[in-house]
Amino acid sequence: MFRLHFVSLGLVAGALVATAGQAFAAEEGVSAEMFTTNNLWMMIAAAFVFIMHLGFATLESGLTRAKNTTNILFKNTFVVCAGILTYAFVGFNLMYPGDFNGIIGFAGFGTFPAEADITSAYNDGYTYWTDFLFQAMFAATAATIVSGAVAERIKLGSFMVFAAIFVALVYPVLGSWKWGGGWLDGLGFYDFAGSTLVHSVGGWGALAGALLLGPRLGKYTRDGRINAIPGSNMPMATIGVFLLWLGWFGFNGGSVLNADPAAVSLTLVTTCLAASAGALAAMFTSWGISKKPDLSMALNGVLAGLVGITAGADQMAMWSSVAIGAIAGVLVVYSVIFFDRVHIDDPVGAISVHLVCGIWGTLAVGLFGAKAGLTQLGYQATGVLAYGGATFISALAIFAVVRATMGLRVSPEEEMEGLDISEHGMPAYADFQTVSTLGGHALARVSESREPAGAYAAELHLKEAR
Amino acid sequence: MKKIEAIIKPFKLDDVKEALSSRDIQGMTISEVKGFGRQKGHTELYRGAEYTVDFLPKVKVEVLVDDDQAADAAEAIIDAAKTGRIGDGKLFISTIDEVVRIRTGENGASAV
Repeated sequence: MFRLHFVSLGLVAGALVATAGQAFAAEEGVSAEMFTTNNLWMMIAAAFVFIMHLGFATLESGLTRAKNTTNILFKNTFVVCAGILTYAFVGFNLMYPGDFNGIIGFAGFGTFPAEADITSAYNDGYTYWTDFLFQAMFAATAATIVSGAVAERIKLGSFMVFAAIFVALVYPVLGSWKWGGGWLDGLGFYDFAGSTLVHSVGGWGALAGALLLGPRLGKYTRDGRINAIPGSNMPMATIGVFLLWLGWFGFNGGSVLNADPAAVSLTLVTTCLAASAGALAAMFTSWGISKKPDLSMALNGVLAGLVGITAGADQMAMWSSVAIGAIAGVLVVYSVIFFDRVHIDDPVGAISVHLVCGIWGTLAVGLFGAKAGLTQLGYQATGVLAYGGATFISALAIFAVVRATMGLRVSPEEEMEGLDISEHGMPAYADFQTVSTLGGHALARVSESREPAGAYAAELHLKEAR
Repeated sequence: MKKIEAIIKPFKLDDVKEALSSRDIQGMTISEVKGFGRQKGHTELYRGAEYTVDFLPKVKVEVLVDDDQAADAAEAIIDAAKTGRIGDGKLFISTIDEVVRIRTGENGASAV
């Protein structure tokens, strides 16, 4: 059945190419057929990256409590839509400003391609519009990483302000340093599909947010105990991770920037190998540490492998991909446990998956594959530090200003009631009781203690002072 | 009239229902409850953090019987619900002052 569809699709595509090809052929360079093929693949890849937003939405709602599901979904919907719009308005031209000083440049508001920009004169691989859309999907992905780490206690309006600024300004300016032809690109830093530019940028934002927000009520108690707040829906979490994996076919496959059979097919293979290795490594690591295999860690392991391979997916041999993925899988498990130990509450493991493994994936380009070497490792480390410093400081600054003006966190009563009711007045599961009776003793201990620990104490004092 | 409340292990519900049915007690109300007596809870694990779940899922069965049926019904429930292991549950018998059938307004024994 499927083959029949494929054949008819091929016939239609062929007919279209033959008739439409004439209009889009450039004088030299790629043939009309090749340009159409390249552009077609890039548009499909953009659609695959779009699917990742479905993945994030389902993963985050699966790993958080049912009383906050409407809120999580609302934030995910906002981020992708705000991302695409701001990218059209300013982001695209901030990220690709043309000739600029290498640090910051702007090619003007809005998207106004020249006539030649919708032909292969713009690029062998895609038209201006395809370029815009593919990159817009990436921008939105970076911003949505933050929503997982700040889930279940951030004020909706505050998050929307942060996310809009982050995706409109921070992501594109920093992205211009490498993909826009900026100073890191000139240096020799390499990030094939965005382990640094997308994942670690999102990860630094997530870390800044989690730090300034403080942990969820009841997550950590003053005697140092770490309390579990189990996710509400493991099937959704699993669906989310596999959707993200599917999206990565376009995320990495499309980062080849054309339909070159050799490059794209290799990239898809390295991607899938790393994902698989990451999953297995995380499974067995968490099984060893906890004596029972943890599904959510296994799922994080898939993502860890994917993030890890993203910087160099087009550079790696089979065995390198497996090694990079496996190391990422081990890293993510220890990282999740580490952040809990230092009382940084990350409900979905976003910081561990995207920041830690994003850094690992970036450095791995200097350790494995065609570019391996001490010099390249140096360039990679430079990139990691540059992006780390710039992103973390920017994100901290935005969150701090938002906290001082709008407030960052919902009240304890709102948090206990669930953000679905308090922020939206709309439960995600209207037929079911979603306030859990589990973990009640931990929350009781928190409400009894007069001085909650950490950053949240600062937030409370700030509120009381006003 | 007597009300018998029995808190039993969930998988025993069908056996209890059959046992009551065979004694001609057809009506009952059940609810899903949580509780513990001497049965310990269990430890669960989530992303490296252990937590104990003290409350275990149980089913509460409530039936109304005539005074002279009470002992027989209780014995039926107990035999059906028993596994011999900790956590089998408990049974309570209390006296009911009044019972009314909502549809017809009958009360007393004809309402049971």
